[in-house]
Amino acid sequence: MSAETLFTTPLNALHRELGGKMVEFAGYEMPVQYPAGIMAEHLHTRDKAGLFDVSHMGQVKLSGENVAAALETLVPGEIQALKPGRQRYTLFTNEEGGILDDLMVTCFTDHLFLVVNAGCKAEDIAHMREHLPSGVTLEVMFERALLALQGPAAKDVMNRLGPKGAELTFMGGARVEIGGIWCTVTRSGYTGEDGFEISVDEDKAEALARLLLEQPEVMPIGLGARDSLRLEAGLCLYGHDIDTTTTPIEAGLNWAIGKRRREEGGFPGADIILDQLKTGTKRKRVGIRPEGRAPMREHTELTDASGKTIGEITSGGFGPSVGGPVAMGYVDTALASEGTEITAMVRGKALPARVASMPFTPHRYHRG
Amino acid sequence: MTRKYTEDHEWLEIAGDIATVGITDYAQQQLGDVVFVELPSIGKKVTKGGDAAVVESVKAASEVYSPATGEVVEVNSDLEAAPNTVNDDPHGKGWFFKMKLSNSGELDSLMDEAGYKAFVEGLA
Repeated sequence: MSAETLFTTPLNALHRELGGKMVEFAGYEMPVQYPAGIMAEHLHTRDKAGLFDVSHMGQVKLSGENVAAALETLVPGEIQALKPGRQRYTLFTNEEGGILDDLMVTCFTDHLFLVVNAGCKAEDIAHMREHLPSGVTLEVMFERALLALQGPAAKDVMNRLGPKGAELTFMGGARVEIGGIWCTVTRSGYTGEDGFEISVDEDKAEALARLLLEQPEVMPIGLGARDSLRLEAGLCLYGHDIDTTTTPIEAGLNWAIGKRRREEGGFPGADIILDQLKTGTKRKRVGIRPEGRAPMREHTELTDASGKTIGEITSGGFGPSVGGPVAMGYVDTALASEGTEITAMVRGKALPARVASMPFTPHRYHRG
Repeated sequence: MTRKYTEDHEWLEIAGDIATVGITDYAQQQLGDVVFVELPSIGKKVTKGGDAAVVESVKAASEVYSPATGEVVEVNSDLEAAPNTVNDDPHGKGWFFKMKLSNSGELDSLMDEAGYKAFVEGLA
C-alpha cells in the first residue's frame, strides 16, 4: 500500500510534531514509537501514564427498539442485562464458532456504543447491516477520534481535568467534560493498567491530546508499546491470537459467554461453542515463558519433548516490565497446564519454555 | 586500522587479517531497544552477505549479515547479558564478533566512513 492511500487520524500532524515514527497499520498511518522508544514508553505507562491514539478503531452507535436483544443475535455476551453506564467485552462469532472480531460494548440510556478493531471495522459494519433488524439504526461515528489514557496516574490526570471521569469504575462509561471538551469516557483499556478510553469529536481531538500531554504524568505512546503492554497483560490481539479459525473456548474467553446465553444460545456458532464449553477443546490458548532470553515470536512452532508439534505461538516478544521474553499461543490441551515444559523451535534450534499463567504482569484495574 | 561499512549497516574494523564486526549507530537507531543478541559460534564459517548473527528489538528480529567471508574467531559474549550495549555503544563495546578474513579483496567494495555517511543521508 503506498503512502498516498493510507488513512490518517486527526492526530497525524501532532504525531509528526512529536517525532513519531510513522508506519502502516490496518490501512492507517500510525506512530509505532516516539523518540523515547518502545521500552521507555512501555515502562512509563506502567509507572505513570501514557496517551495512545487509537482513532483507527471503529466507533459505532446502535440504537432502536430492543437494540440489545438484536445485538445478542451476533454476539455471545450478555448485552440485555447491561445497565446504562456499563461496558462489556464481547465477540462477533461466525456459524463455525470462530471469531470475526472482538469488541467493547457500552450501554447508554438510548444507544449502545461499540468499539471494534480497525482491521475488521468494514466487515463488522457490513455484518451488522446485513444481520441486524431494520428497527436498529447503525451510525458509524466517522467524525470521532479515540484516545486512550492508561497507567496508574491516569486517574490523577482525569481527576484534575475531568473529575466526573475519575468517578467511573472499571468497565464503566459516561459523558464527561475534560478541559471544557465533551467526551464519551470509559474506564477501560488494553494495557492491563487502570485507565480511560476517550471518544471525542475529531475537530477537538488535537486540543484534547495536547491538554493531556501537558500534564506532567503523561507521555505519548506508540503502537509498539501498546502491543508489548497488551501482551504482558495477556490480552488477545485480533488476527493473531484470535481469528475465524479459533473459538472463544479455545481462546480461553469462556468468561465472555454470558450465563443466560449459555442456557439459551441464539448467537452464531452457539451449538459448537456451547458444546465446547461442556466438553472442552483439543487445544487451548496459554501463556508461555521462554526459559532463556531469546524472544519467541508469532508462528514459532511448539513441540513436546519427543519433537512432536503441539502448537504454535501467536504473539510473542520481549516484556519490558517482566524483563524477559513472554509469549502466548495455542497448545494441545493435554499440555496446557501451568508449568508444563515445552520446546520452541527458534531459527532451527529447540529452546526450552514453560506454559505459564497470564497475565504476566498483574492487572491493576480500578474496580471501585 | 581501517573502518569499512556495508549497505546492510554493519561496520568492520580491520587489523591485518582480523576484522571486528558490529552494527552501525544508524542501524541501532532504526532497531530501537535491543533486547537479545544471538551470536555465531566460534569457528563458524561465514560468507559475505550470509547470516552471521541475530539482533532482536522489542518489536522484531533482524539478521546481521557477515560483511566478508571467513571464520568467526571471537564473539562478544557480554552482549548476552547486556544486549542494550548495542544501543549504548554500537561502534565500541557493542561489537558482535571477530572474524579471520579469507579474502581481503572482498573489502574493496565496502564503503569508507565518508561513503557510508553519504549512503545513510541518501536514505532519509
